Amino acid sequence: MSHVKSLRCRGCGSDYPVEPLNVCEFCFGPLEVSYDYDSIARSVTRESIEKGPATMWRYDDFLPVDRKDAVDMGTGFTPLVRAKNLGRMLGLDRLYIKNDAVNPTYSFKDRPVSVTTTKALEFEFEVLACVSTGNLMGSVAAHGARAGMKTIVFFPASLEKGKIVGAAVYGPTLVALEGTYDDANRFCSELADNNRWAFVNINMRPYYAEGSKTLGYEVVEQLGWKAPDHCVVPAASGELHTKIWKGIQEMTDVGLIDRANTKMHLAQPEGSSPIVEAFRMGSKQVRPVKPDTIAKSLAIGNPAAGPFALETLAATGGTAVAALEEEIEEGIRLLAETEGIFTETAGGVVISGLRRLVNEGKIGRDEVTVAYVTGNGFKTIEVVEGNVRPVHSAPNLDSFEAAMEAHGA
Amino acid sequence: MSSRRVRFTFPQKLIPIPVVYELGKKFEIVTNIRRADVREDMGWVVLELEGDEAEIKNGLEWVASTGVRIDPVVGDVVEG
Repeated sequence: MSHVKSLRCRGCGSDYPVEPLNVCEFCFGPLEVSYDYDSIARSVTRESIEKGPATMWRYDDFLPVDRKDAVDMGTGFTPLVRAKNLGRMLGLDRLYIKNDAVNPTYSFKDRPVSVTTTKALEFEFEVLACVSTGNLMGSVAAHGARAGMKTIVFFPASLEKGKIVGAAVYGPTLVALEGTYDDANRFCSELADNNRWAFVNINMRPYYAEGSKTLGYEVVEQLGWKAPDHCVVPAASGELHTKIWKGIQEMTDVGLIDRANTKMHLAQPEGSSPIVEAFRMGSKQVRPVKPDTIAKSLAIGNPAAGPFALETLAATGGTAVAALEEEIEEGIRLLAETEGIFTETAGGVVISGLRRLVNEGKIGRDEVTVAYVTGNGFKTIEVVEGNVRPVHSAPNLDSFEAAMEAHGA
Repeated sequence: MSSRRVRFTFPQKLIPIPVVYELGKKFEIVTNIRRADVREDMGWVVLELEGDEAEIKNGLEWVASTGVRIDPVVGDVVEG
């Protein structure tokens, strides 16, 4: 059963009914789902969770919808991989990769979108919508198809064809928006105000954001009901970082674990790093930037949850780090070559950021560290195409041996 | 009448300029500030604008021409 009390303003604390709302009418601050934690504590135990499905829906007591109604494609409970090879290279004895690149549409977005689509049906919306540069629109199109909803996805007209195909296959209405990202932001915000659509990360944002908490619960359970010492999370809007921490905190709040002293670190690409910049300046406010990065899934210049990510960094003793653009591809290759996990650019940012945190002495050798990989490498294959240098050989031994010698293999 | 919720971000050099006041003087727009934070190096204001659609459009174009950044109050909505 759902234990939701209300929607609550993260700015002024005003309460609102559980409706498709995302902004406080008083201060225009963002709304967040508020729960009755006493009720959750009476309802859940470690055993009850362990008896649940091997998906994110085993944690439905902490979500704003019931799992019996879930639009579920098998999302979540993804592998937490002990990364001995990468750890040895970096000087970490207890490093884990949370591999969320293996979700149904190959990114963590399936978590928030699964929750949102379920809630959209409860609110009797007929249209599911989003504006995206890749991962989100693929997930929305897939969930909309599964839910039998009309689906419309907006994207910048300059987007690479491969990413459009990844959403198009599910049969949504595709709208290519001319103009700049700023124009797309403004236009879609107005559309969400003026149409009865479930715009997943606009009018449905409070519910959407809750799905990301499951990345916190899973890691705690997979570590044997213990919170890690460090999490390293990619940051675009900053919401994922704050919600993973919220998830870990909730597990202490309801007594599933005793304590959580996790340091919540975040990583951004240098070309889109407004949260890192604010962290370096010691500011509580984020100055918007114009993104210019190969990590398109992290290219948010005006992050909606930026101030909350800064609060999370301060509350947990975390550090915000930027990965140089040229380090992103290195990070992708390092993870692939040591652990056999192929991540998209956001994961390259995380691995490069992790290396920087270790080098700066922020993470100790024997501390339990979890690096979040949130998207699959096949989504940004163009970034690593330069590595493809095959040995060319005729199909005979002489040619092969000569080619191998010439190649230095 | 239309209304629009927006966030203005002021670079340091524009912080002393009364842009919101000027917006209400130059255009038939009612400005209603809901939240703001002004510091030495940066300032932002979240406000609601009420007026004719065309007047709001012209007013926002003028604000942008001063160098103030205009965003939706919910931040960027184009996601990866």
